[in-house]
Amino acid sequence: MFVLIVGAGRVGSSAARSALASGHDVSVLDDDPLSHERLDAGQATSWEDAGGRFTVGHGIEIEALLEAGIDQADMFIACTHGDNTNLILAQIAQKKFGIKKVIARVMDPARAAWYEQQGLRTISPTRHAIEQFEVALAEGAS
Amino acid sequence: MYVLIAGGGKVGWNLTRELLSKGHEVTLLESTRDRYLTIEQELEHQVQYGDATELWVLERAGIQRADLVIAVTGDDEDNMLICQMAKEKYLCERIIARVNNPRNREWFELLGVAPTVSATDLILRLIEHEVPSYGLVHLLDLRDERLEIIEVEVAEGSPAAGVQVSQVVLPEGVLIISILRDGAGFVPKADSMINAGDEVLLVLDPGLEDAITAQFASPSDA
Repeated sequence: MFVLIVGAGRVGSSAARSALASGHDVSVLDDDPLSHERLDAGQATSWEDAGGRFTVGHGIEIEALLEAGIDQADMFIACTHGDNTNLILAQIAQKKFGIKKVIARVMDPARAAWYEQQGLRTISPTRHAIEQFEVALAEGAS
Repeated sequence: MYVLIAGGGKVGWNLTRELLSKGHEVTLLESTRDRYLTIEQELEHQVQYGDATELWVLERAGIQRADLVIAVTGDDEDNMLICQMAKEKYLCERIIARVNNPRNREWFELLGVAPTVSATDLILRLIEHEVPSYGLVHLLDLRDERLEIIEVEVAEGSPAAGVQVSQVVLPEGVLIISILRDGAGFVPKADSMINAGDEVLLVLDPGLEDAITAQFASPSDA
């Protein structure tokens, strides 16, 4: 499977490394050239030597998306630091490029929930944190 | 009319002022604290502090009863998202979105966010109008209605120069509606002459520009 990940922050770069380690083809797009270091950190070989792709560019720009290989992608993951950017990018991947497996990282649980109802797969780290706190509180209270 | 405006920059603030002076009810949303405090001194309760891409902020501002939602922040993704939610979640019938980067216009269209306004495009259109080296100017562009009005200069030696209006070879769906000569315009008849140097206004179906340019451009440019 060919996976395109936009946003090489902590989440994006970790997801990229695990996808590559699982034998997938992985392309990463980020507008910060330095974010590449996160892909290499703690690895025996560089990201490219390990078989990964990295493109510098903005996810909203069609040239950057094409250069990163969006027209061949089987799966698209939007995990830049902006919720709204991720929601828009995921819809572009879905509607313009017809990618079936699309995931957007959305910090705001309310926005995540509504777009989830509209048929977009979202992951909300905030929602997970809230749930974990609730579990911890319940444990503390018992 | 109740109007909700997202983004208290120059555009949003001035829009709010104008709409208020026309007697509309307006709420402006601004997400930067300092900017909000500045605007609040003038607009008082007509400006609210908050991120207009947050559902609770929109709901607090009464988006459910808004007749018009205008997204004019400096961020295209935010503007797209605000308008998409206004339309699809809150069933607001009318939206207007600002396009900051004209290259993002395609995405606004893809997500069904229309109409859009782009300052860059407007200025570009003005430049085209003021600078004669551009052969063809879009005067009006009604995308939904699929109707355009363009202005084109008649070049020396072009097929249209020196012939009657009825003799100009134009595709189906194009009509010459006015000729501008020596600073004045008139509505031509079938036997009106077109001269080199005239400016001709045409109404047309979008996409026919190339066929039209060929008739008015000099043979060397074509």
